[in-house]
Amino acid sequence: MEAVQARTTASKRRNNAEQWRALVFLSPSFVLLLAFFFVPTILTFYFAFTNMALTGAAAADTQFVGFENFKNMFQDASFRTSVWNTIIFLIFSAVIGQQVMGFIIAVLMNGRSRVFRSVIGSIVIAGWVAPEVVCAFVWFAFLNDTGTVNTFLQSANITPIAWLYTFPMVSVIIANIWHGTAFSMMVFQAALGDVPREVEESAMIDGANAWQRLTRITLPMIVSSVTTNMVLVTLQTLGSFTLIYALTGGGPGLATETLPIYMYHQAFVNYQLGYGTAISLMLLLIGIIASLIYMRMLKVKL
Amino acid sequence: MSTVHDVPRTRTRKRKLNRFAVARVLPYIILTFIGVLFLLPLLWLIFASFDKDATLALKFPVHFTLDNYRDTVTNQENQLSFANGLILALGQALLVVIVAGLASYPLSRYQMRYKRPFMYVILFATGLPLTAVMVPVYQFFLYFGMQDSLFFTILFLTASALPYSIWMMKNFMDSVPIELEEAAWVDGASIWTTLRLVIVPLMLPGIFTVGIFAFSGSWGNFLVPFILLQSANKLPAAVTIYQYFGQNGMVQYGMLASFSVLYTIPAVALYIIGQRYMSQGFSFGGASKG
Repeated sequence: MEAVQARTTASKRRNNAEQWRALVFLSPSFVLLLAFFFVPTILTFYFAFTNMALTGAAAADTQFVGFENFKNMFQDASFRTSVWNTIIFLIFSAVIGQQVMGFIIAVLMNGRSRVFRSVIGSIVIAGWVAPEVVCAFVWFAFLNDTGTVNTFLQSANITPIAWLYTFPMVSVIIANIWHGTAFSMMVFQAALGDVPREVEESAMIDGANAWQRLTRITLPMIVSSVTTNMVLVTLQTLGSFTLIYALTGGGPGLATETLPIYMYHQAFVNYQLGYGTAISLMLLLIGIIASLIYMRMLKVKL
Repeated sequence: MSTVHDVPRTRTRKRKLNRFAVARVLPYIILTFIGVLFLLPLLWLIFASFDKDATLALKFPVHFTLDNYRDTVTNQENQLSFANGLILALGQALLVVIVAGLASYPLSRYQMRYKRPFMYVILFATGLPLTAVMVPVYQFFLYFGMQDSLFFTILFLTASALPYSIWMMKNFMDSVPIELEEAAWVDGASIWTTLRLVIVPLMLPGIFTVGIFAFSGSWGNFLVPFILLQSANKLPAAVTIYQYFGQNGMVQYGMLASFSVLYTIPAVALYIIGQRYMSQGFSFGGASKG
């Protein structure tokens, strides 16, 4: 009896020591996350309802303005334009562009020779590994009036096109597909690698052609990877700032002004921090929803 | 290539073989085409960086030169911006590895009441777009007088990398068998000795993966230093490149290209090194199959 009691107190003491140690080990993360991540995130909800500004009367005296910022926002034609641009950019560059391109490459690579696969794979991945500013610079040159594309067009006797001014949205979408395809490609390659060879072979023997095998067997078997990838790519593209900002600055006019860039312009160019935060709150809310969907899809067991 | 020789040999089955050959060659043709499209923009960067009179169009450097690289490397402003980038990225990667490494130990080994909610919050935070918090973060920095400081920028970069780093670290830690630790305890080793001599050596692949991830993340980051730093002598390479090509007027494209290549090399090199460890860290992938 005594021995049992002694053992339980000993294990209790050890447990107590563990809890303390856990706290010590976790505290640096707690402090950093709290101070630099969660507090600013929570502050978003407060700042969005103030008229905080960097200059002018509101700079000296920040006041709570209720839903003023949001009222202005929904009446603001530029806000509506930037929401629309964000949706277009998101759908065509990420949801369709990167995923379809990544999928095509992954499917075609399946079963090709190793050397060929690694050469093509490396080229595609290079565009993904390169820092976003470099991607922007590279595409700035590629699409420039005197850039590579126009030189090719000229040699084919076609008048050069000022891509970034005439088709700004198309330009940033193509640049972002180039930059992001590698991620989807790798996700799909991994997923396709897990599809058992026998299933496809038996379908082949049963007379299914390549298209039927793709749509009836391969796609249904990797559908969970596709949906997870979709959410991840959406989250990444939603916050995409550097590529567009460095390439077009949101212009010409408002042609490529997506929500992050509109937020930047309002907060740091027009110095309306309160209004800028209200826009970031919108971004944050979309991010929160997408992030929750993502968590549900992962179905993690902790 | 063998199909080319096979075709004329069996004439009766020529049509069938042709179709077969096309089906086999077609993926190579399409992939080569895609590969060339993906390569062209990058090829310009590499060619221009070696070209004395580089333009914006892709052309092979007729006057091959290393002058662009020499000019870039010897320019003091460039040296400073590279140094700043290194300070930010190395400082952040080191902090991330230490802080996330410490956190992952109790998360992996101990029973704690707040473990589940903590891990859920961490996972949730990995999804949030960083861009969305930059304006309030700037206000926060302004309020406490932390803006334009490399140190506080490092702290912010560290915090923003912590969610996925803790997640990855914990997964690595889970794969280190607990028996080895217990053996060390039995031999009378303290928790710190065990960490230093047993866990850290076994965790090295994980530590490198997280460190490399963190380093390339902040090395390539433009938005955070662009907003949190103002003084020209504190800006990292990412912002300097933007300022160079954002300026209107005469730009030396060759030099800017060599600058970009030098700036890209660490990211590419680390990716290649990191690849070796990468597969072990992504328990995301395993979990995602649901």
